[in-house]
Amino acid sequence: MSNTIEKSIEIKAPRARVWRALTSHTEFGTWFGLAIDAPFEVGKVSTGKITIEGFTHVPWHSTIKAMEEPAYFAYTWHPYAVDPDVDYSGEPETLVEFWLEEGDGQTSVRVRETGFDNLPAHRVAEALRANTHGWASQLENIKKHVEN
Amino acid sequence: MSKTENNQANGKNDGDFSVIFAALGDSTRLALFDRLSDGKPRSISVLSDDADMTRQAVTKHLRVLEAAGLVQNHRMGRESHYAFCPDQLKQARAYLDHVAGRWDSALMRLKTFVEGDDG
Repeated sequence: MSNTIEKSIEIKAPRARVWRALTSHTEFGTWFGLAIDAPFEVGKVSTGKITIEGFTHVPWHSTIKAMEEPAYFAYTWHPYAVDPDVDYSGEPETLVEFWLEEGDGQTSVRVRETGFDNLPAHRVAEALRANTHGWASQLENIKKHVEN
Repeated sequence: MSKTENNQANGKNDGDFSVIFAALGDSTRLALFDRLSDGKPRSISVLSDDADMTRQAVTKHLRVLEAAGLVQNHRMGRESHYAFCPDQLKQARAYLDHVAGRWDSALMRLKTFVEGDDG
């Protein structure tokens, strides 16, 4: 079993368009369900919060690692840092990387998340318990937003 | 019996997934684990012959797997036999599946967002 998650999707749009959706903090926030405070900047911490009802106490706190237009975007974060009473800042983070490839008028987006072997065990268990419902309703909210 | 030995004997790690991922993040241990994944217990001598390694090296790796709850040690006469222990792996896989499913949703939202806009 690999300690890595890798996923990909084909999007019917030019790579430049997908690049913008990933790296513009407002566009990223729209499909991810976040209000992000300021534009992404490499080496800087990006802050904000989740905009989905019921989860607005959850902060977005990630460090932008790379923005190599138009093909590579990376950040680190604390996955599932959902308890407002816990200070997650001392814990190891996972690394999230996006690769964009263009072909036949489509863009292939590949995302990889690594570093789960560094996470404290109690956080993993808590994430499993807490998050199934959260992401399902988040998906619904975004769909509504995009379709209206 | 020390606490460590006791934990190893129990084959439990209290759901510490990071220990599981770390235990499997080594090609030798992954190969040993793969060898045992058919469910058939094997002795240290059989496993070291298969892997072309010394008994000491194999024993060391098996202990790491055992501490992560991935294999169990059964004493049969004078020999230790090791067997696959699927429960911890199932839980760790459930976690990764969960995170992977989250990315499926996020990528689908990205696709809907980009393909649905007119600009």
